[in-house]
Amino acid sequence: MSTQTLPYTVHPHPVTGIYSGKFGTWLFLASEVMLFGALFSSYVLLRVGAPEAPSPLHWPSHEETHLSWRIGGFNTLVLIVSSVTMVMAWASLKMGDFSKGRRYLWLTFLLALTFIVVKLSLEYVPKLRGGYVPAKSTFFSLYYTLTGLHGLHVIGGMVVIGYFLGPGAALWKRDPEYYTNRIECTGLYWHFVDLVWIFLFPVLYLM
Amino acid sequence: MSGSHADVSKHVRAYVAVFIALAIGTIVTVAAAQVHIPHPMNYVVAMLIALFKASLVAAIFMHLKWERAANIWILLALCAVFFAALMLLPSLTTFDLPKQAQRIGAWG
Repeated sequence: MSTQTLPYTVHPHPVTGIYSGKFGTWLFLASEVMLFGALFSSYVLLRVGAPEAPSPLHWPSHEETHLSWRIGGFNTLVLIVSSVTMVMAWASLKMGDFSKGRRYLWLTFLLALTFIVVKLSLEYVPKLRGGYVPAKSTFFSLYYTLTGLHGLHVIGGMVVIGYFLGPGAALWKRDPEYYTNRIECTGLYWHFVDLVWIFLFPVLYLM
Repeated sequence: MSGSHADVSKHVRAYVAVFIALAIGTIVTVAAAQVHIPHPMNYVVAMLIALFKASLVAAIFMHLKWERAANIWILLALCAVFFAALMLLPSLTTFDLPKQAQRIGAWG
């Protein structure tokens, strides 16, 4: 069987000037900006259109939503640290240190898991039990849509990082540069997930 | 981007600096929310801090500071235009106001 490999996984493509995985990842991220952008735009429209305080349909203050900025702030820090560990994983691999890179990837994975566990156990479950369901108000339907979609992205990131910790790691022996590039692409996605949260946190927890 | 050891270790210092800036940014965001800036200025302040933090993530963690490939910048510029269009969509609804008023009037 002939070994067929993808072209331009390490060397820059003559047309785009970068390796193809990176270009593909940026294209994907551009579509992600549109996805989250549409939801943010909906938020702006609904927030601006909400009637003022005495009306029962007014926008709830954060005292009324009972969303804890401490939990949200903690998760913000978790995601920021996970972004640092992700980029350190890439930097370690780039300098040829596989075991260090792997340790940083594990840290990133565990931080992502922390985010999800905190989100579910301290926020979603108590909120849903307390009657703060999506149908409660416009705010809560937006809250669950935005944080739910973001949470799915975090889980998606965990799947990818988990793959590169598990079966995907074999690539390092075959072609370390290719593996390092794939981790860079994973990182691009992961930082985007962090970037979305940077906007979600103040909008949902502090306003 | 270039990928020699010296370059990458220079990057590592930038990563640590950005981490500190992001942590401070988060504290400032929370602090700004506690001083009760009147609406809608509170949104402006929060979004400015978030934009600053997001730019740091994009420039350093996502390596855009060192990105020389023109195609990525064309892609990002297009993305920015469409994103701006999305964000301006809500303001288009103001053109619909007379109609909305009519409707509300008709419903009493």
